[in-house]
Amino acid sequence: MQKVRVAVVGLGKMGLSHFAMVNAHPDVEAIACDGAGFMVDVLGKNIDTPIYKEYDQMLAQAELDAVVIATPSRLHAPMVKAALDKGLHVFCEKPFCLDWQDSQRLTEQAAEAGRVAQVGYHYRYVGAFQEMKRLVEAGAIGRITHVLAEAYGPVVLRPKRATWRTQKAEGGGCLYDYAAHPLNLLNWYFGAPAQVMGSHLGQVFSDGTDDEVFSTLRWDNGPTAQLSVNWSDESHRKMSTKISLIGTNGRLYADRQECQAYLRKPVEGLPEYTDGWTVKYTTELTGDRWFYLRGEEYSAQLDEFIQAVKAGQEAARENDFASAVQTDRTMAMIIENAETGVSVGEAPIVNAPSKPAKRGWFGRS
Amino acid sequence: MDRLLFGDNQFFGINHMSEEKARAQAMRFQKTEAIMDVLDVAYDAGIQTFMCTTHDRIADIARRVKADPARYADFTFYPCMPYAHKYANAVTEHGMVGALKEFMPKDGLLSTALAGSKALATKEVDGIARVLIDMEMKMFEGVRAPVVFIQNVFTDLLLGMGFTRAFRIFDDHIREKYQAEPAYITMNMPALLNALEAEGIERPIICSNINKIGFRMSGGFDAYLDALKSGRVRAVAMSVYASGAIPADEAIHWISELPGVESIVFGASSAGNIRGTKALVDKYMAAPA
Repeated sequence: MQKVRVAVVGLGKMGLSHFAMVNAHPDVEAIACDGAGFMVDVLGKNIDTPIYKEYDQMLAQAELDAVVIATPSRLHAPMVKAALDKGLHVFCEKPFCLDWQDSQRLTEQAAEAGRVAQVGYHYRYVGAFQEMKRLVEAGAIGRITHVLAEAYGPVVLRPKRATWRTQKAEGGGCLYDYAAHPLNLLNWYFGAPAQVMGSHLGQVFSDGTDDEVFSTLRWDNGPTAQLSVNWSDESHRKMSTKISLIGTNGRLYADRQECQAYLRKPVEGLPEYTDGWTVKYTTELTGDRWFYLRGEEYSAQLDEFIQAVKAGQEAARENDFASAVQTDRTMAMIIENAETGVSVGEAPIVNAPSKPAKRGWFGRS
Repeated sequence: MDRLLFGDNQFFGINHMSEEKARAQAMRFQKTEAIMDVLDVAYDAGIQTFMCTTHDRIADIARRVKADPARYADFTFYPCMPYAHKYANAVTEHGMVGALKEFMPKDGLLSTALAGSKALATKEVDGIARVLIDMEMKMFEGVRAPVVFIQNVFTDLLLGMGFTRAFRIFDDHIREKYQAEPAYITMNMPALLNALEAEGIERPIICSNINKIGFRMSGGFDAYLDALKSGRVRAVAMSVYASGAIPADEAIHWISELPGVESIVFGASSAGNIRGTKALVDKYMAAPA
C-alpha cells in the first residue's frame, strides 16, 4: 500500500507536535517546511526527513498528497489556497481564517475539488465532549436553555515581548487562541448563533490584543450561552475548557477529563444513564491511536485526516472547513459587537416549544 | 532499582480523571511540608525512591533531604527532566533562540554561538543540550540520584520527529558526568525501544504505562508484552491501576507475573493507599536478586 505523502508546514508550538505525530504515522511519508532559522537548522542536521525552507518551492517540487498547515493564523488563507490550487488535501490549524469570507471561499473550493479539508479543533476528539454531543442529540436533558462555556489558562501573565500570538492582526489574542475552542464546541452542539451581544474583549497585560473575552450568544429556538474566557489565569496549570448545560431534564458538564450528567428522569435510548448522576471519564471513552504525544485527541484528529486521504475520501469526517467557518463567523460577530457595542445578528426566533399532544381528561382527545 | 518507586503527579495538581480532584490536590500540597509529610509516610513504609519532575519545588525537597542525612540516609531521587512548563513559558516569552540564550552561561561560547547569525555546528547543539541537562541536575547536587529519566512529552516529541541522536547525547552525558543510569519515560514503549537500539543503547530502562487493560499503551498491548518477554528492556510500569479501573490486588498480581518489569511507580497521597500498594508489592513481587 502506498504511503500518504504529507508535508507539515510551520514548526512552531503546534507544528512541531503535529510533525512528530505525522512523521511517526505508519501510513505516512512526511516532510516538513519552515522558514525560521534555528529549528530548521537543528532538525536539518539531526533527522532524515527533508525540510523545505520555502513553501512555494515545496509545493512546486515535492510529490505530495496533503499538507498540515500550522503557521501563524494570518498565513492560513493564502497557504491553504495555494495547497488547494495544487489539488492537495488540507489539514489547517485553528482558527481557520481571520476573515470568515476567506474561510467561506476556501470551503467552496475544497468542496468543488473534493478534497479532505479539516481544521484542528481537537476538542471534538476529546471523549468527554463527544459524549456530551451524543447526550445533547439524544435529548438527555430535555430542552436546553442555559449554557456556560469557559476556558482559562496561563498564557499571558505579565506585559511581555510581542510575538504573533500577541498581535491581533496576526491572529493572536485570547479570542482566536482560547475562546475559539469553547465557541467551536457550542457551534458543534447548537450551530451558528442568531445573535451576539454583551461582548467584551478586555486587555489585562497585553497591548496588542485581548486577554479576556465575555459574550452572550443566542440561538434560534435554542439556548442562551455565556462565554467566559481568560488566558491570564495562573491558577490553571494549563488550558482548561469546560461546558455546562442546563435543560428541562437535568444538567450536563464536560471538560477534558470527564462528562458528568444529572438526569431528572431516564431517557429512552440512553440505558446506561439512570436518574441522578452518571459520570464518564475520557480515559474510558477513548481508545489508543498509533502514537501518543500529548493526548489522544491530537493523535485522533490527525489519524482521521490521514485515513480519509488514504481511503480516497472527498470530505473530512469531522471538523470540515464549513464547520470552522461557523466558528470564524461567530468570532467576527463577537469582535463587531465588542467594537460597536451594538448587538450583532437578529433576535432569535422563538417558536412555541413543541409540547406532547394533550390528552383529554377521559382518554385520547 | 527498588521494586516500588514513589511518583509525584499527585503533588502538582495532575489527575487524569478529574480537574476538581487535581485542584483539591494542588491546594493540599501547596506547602512543601504537606508533600514532605506524605514522602515521610512512604519512606517509613520502606519506599525509598522518589521519582520526580525537575519542578522548582523539588529543589526544596532535595534541600530538606540533604539537610537531614540521619533521617534520610537511604532517600533516593530519580529525576525526570525537563520540567517542560519552564521552557514553554520561556519560549512564549523570548522565542526559541531567546529562551535558549536565557539558559546558557552569559559569557560562554554557546551564548555567543546563539547570538550569531551562523548556523550552529553539531557540536554546539550537543553542547547546548549538555548545559540544559546540567541545569536540571543542579538541584540534586549532594543527594542520591542514580537513575535519570527524560519526561515522556520530550521523549516522544524527539522520537516522533526522528531526532533520536538526542537520546545518545543524553545517554552519554548522564553516564559520563553523573555516573548514573540514563532512562526514558514514554507513552510509546515498543517504538522507543527500537529507536534506542538503533542508537546503540542496549537494554534501556524505560518507564511506560503497563496495565492489564492496555490503557494508554500506545503501539499496542501485544507489542508491549513482546518487548517485555524479549528481555531487551528493563521496564518500569506506571499507570498499573489504569487510573483506578483495575482493583489494586489484581493489578499488582498481573504485573508481578510479567517478565521484564523491574519496578512499579505509583502516586498516592493517603497513608492507606501508600501502605496498601507497598504490601501488595511485597506480597507478589520478590525483592530484586
